[in-house]
Amino acid sequence: MTTTDETMTSEEHLSEDPSLTSEGGQGLAPRDVTAAAERMRELGAVLRMAESEAAGQIADDSELEGAPLDETMIINMGPQHPSTHGVLRLMMELQGETVLRTKPIVGYLHTGMEWTGEELTYLQGCTNVTRMDYASPLFSELAFSLTVEKLLGVEIPERATWIRMLMTEMNRISSHLLFMATNGMDLGAVSMMLYGWREREETLRFLERVTGLRMNHNYIRPGGVAADLPDGWRDDVLRLIEMLPPRLDEYDTLLTGQPIWRERLQGVGVLTAEEAIALGATGPILRSTGYAWDLRRDMPYLAYDDVEFDVVVGTYGDCFDRYAIRLNEIRESISIVAQVLDKMPKGDYRVQDKKVTPPPRARIDESMEALIHHFKIFTEGFKVPEGEAYCAVESPRGELGCYIVSDGSAHPYRMHIRGPSFVNLQTLPHLMHGGLIADAVAVISSVDPIMGEVDR
Amino acid sequence: MSDAEAPAPEAEAPVEPELRHGAPVLGGPGEWVVYPAREELVAVVKALFEEGFLMCLDLTAVDYLVHPGRLLPPGVSPERFELVVTLISHGQRERIRLRVQVPADDPSVPSLFNLHPGTEAMEREVFDMFGLTFVGHPDLTRILMPEDWVGHPLRKDYDSGRIPVQFKGAPTAR
Repeated sequence: MTTTDETMTSEEHLSEDPSLTSEGGQGLAPRDVTAAAERMRELGAVLRMAESEAAGQIADDSELEGAPLDETMIINMGPQHPSTHGVLRLMMELQGETVLRTKPIVGYLHTGMEWTGEELTYLQGCTNVTRMDYASPLFSELAFSLTVEKLLGVEIPERATWIRMLMTEMNRISSHLLFMATNGMDLGAVSMMLYGWREREETLRFLERVTGLRMNHNYIRPGGVAADLPDGWRDDVLRLIEMLPPRLDEYDTLLTGQPIWRERLQGVGVLTAEEAIALGATGPILRSTGYAWDLRRDMPYLAYDDVEFDVVVGTYGDCFDRYAIRLNEIRESISIVAQVLDKMPKGDYRVQDKKVTPPPRARIDESMEALIHHFKIFTEGFKVPEGEAYCAVESPRGELGCYIVSDGSAHPYRMHIRGPSFVNLQTLPHLMHGGLIADAVAVISSVDPIMGEVDR
Repeated sequence: MSDAEAPAPEAEAPVEPELRHGAPVLGGPGEWVVYPAREELVAVVKALFEEGFLMCLDLTAVDYLVHPGRLLPPGVSPERFELVVTLISHGQRERIRLRVQVPADDPSVPSLFNLHPGTEAMEREVFDMFGLTFVGHPDLTRILMPEDWVGHPLRKDYDSGRIPVQFKGAPTAR
C-alpha cells in the first residue's frame, strides 16, 4: 500500500523507484532489488565516498558480490527473541554463518509518547517521559525538567540540584548493573544475570525508598524534586556504596579476566571514532572508541563541575571495551555518590515559586491562597513562556536530549526526546557486517538498546 | 580555543540580521540558532561541519499549523512545518540548532544522509510522523508506525481521536 497523495508531493523522489520508497519496504529486501545506497547502508558502510567509488567498493566486496543470491539467506530475528532486549527485530542476510547485511526494524513499542507529551501539562509531562527509557527513567525526567526550567527561567535550589545528582548517579549504577546482568545472560554466563540483578535490586530498593517506586519514578519534576530525601537516606547510601565495590570485583573475577568471556567479546563489533561520530553514536559506544566525550565533564549540567570523576574510555571500540567501560562507570558513579554525600547542602528540595510548584501540604490548611495555587497547578498546570529550548544530559546510553516548543500555554506545543538508543541502533549494521551470527547477540547486547526509548 | 561567536566568515551582512554561512542567526554564544532556507540547508550544514560541528545529534520537525506566530529573524517567513536539526561541536563544546521552514504544499527537504549518515533513522522518523520527504534518503520508509499506516500522526490536523485501529488484515474498523 502506498501513502496518501498529499504526503507524497515530492515527485522526483518517488520517481526513482516507487517500490523502494513506498511504505512497503520496511523489511530487508533481497539484494538484487535493493538500491546501491540502501545496500551500502545495510552493509554498514559509514564514511562517505563518491558514488563512483561506492559502486567500485560494492564490486570489490567479494564477500558480498561473490556470494550468489541463492547461497545467501535472509533470516529474521525477533521481535520475540530472548537476546533482543525487548522487541527489537533484525533482518539479516547471511552467507553461511557470516552476516552480510543487517536491518533493524523498530516500532513495536511505539505508543506515540511524543504526541501524548503534547496533551499533558508540564507537571504531568514527567510521568510520560519517565516511561521511555525504563531502565534509567530519572534521566528522561531530568532532561525534561531542565528544558522546562530553561523555558521558565527558574533557578532551582542547590539541594535540589544535588539530590538530582545523587538520584541520577544511583540510576546510572542500576542501569549499568542491568547491562552487566543481561550482557552476561546473552553470552551464556547465566550466573552473571543473577548477580547483576541481585545488586540492581539493592539499588532499586534505595530508589524506591526515596521516590516510592522501583521504576518510572516521576521524582524529578520541573522546579526541583517531588520530595525531600527520607530520614536515614545517608545510611542507606553508605551501605550501598560499601556493598557494591567488592561485588564489582567479583564480576571482574567472574568475567573480565576469564578467557571464554574475552574470546567472545574482544575484537567483536569494532567501531572507530570517525564512524561513531558519523553515525551520531554517543555514550559508552562513542567512548569505547577512545573518544573521551562525556557531557558531565565536557558540558557540565547540574553541579558536575564540583565533583571529581574520570571519563572512562576504551581503545579498540569492540564489545569488550563497551563492557569494561560500563563496569568502570559504575565505580565512577559510586565515587560521585560518595562525594555527593559529603557535599549535600541543606535547604529546599524544590523552588518556592507558587506558579510552578505546589505549596507545602501544611500551608494548604492555613492559607486560602495556598489552596487556590494547589488547585490551579493540579488542574490547569502552569503556563510556560513562548519559546523553544533543547537540553541534554548524559544518560547511561548517551546524550539524552529534550526539545520543547512552547506556545505559552500549560501544555508543550511540541515535545521531542532525542533517545540515545534510537540513534545508537544505527551502528548495528556496521558492527554486524562480516561477523558471525553467534556474535550478533554479543553486538546487540553491547549496544544496550532500551526499546521503550527507541520506539517512544 | 577561539570561541564560536565568530559570526560569519563570509558575512556580506548588509542589514540587521546577523549571518552565518549566509543564513540568518539568532541567539547568543553557545545558543546559536541558524535559519537557513531549504535550498541552503546542505551547504550550511557542510560549512558548519568544516567548522567543527562534526556530529548531527538530532533531527526532528514541528508542525506550526495552529501556532503560526513565532520569533524568526527578518527575512525568514514562517511556513507550516519546521525542520529542526541539532549539531554539536566537540572541540568548541557547543551545540547549534538549525531551523528550516518547510511549506505545506511541498513538504520535502534535502536529506543530510550523505553528510551525516546518523540522520538516517531520524529522517525516517520525521517522514513517518510529519510526512516530510527527504530527497536523497536511501530508504525512506515508515519506521515507527506499521508500514501500511495512513496519515502522519504528529501533524496537528491528524485526527487522533477518531481513527479506527488500522492493522494489516483487520477486516473493518471496529
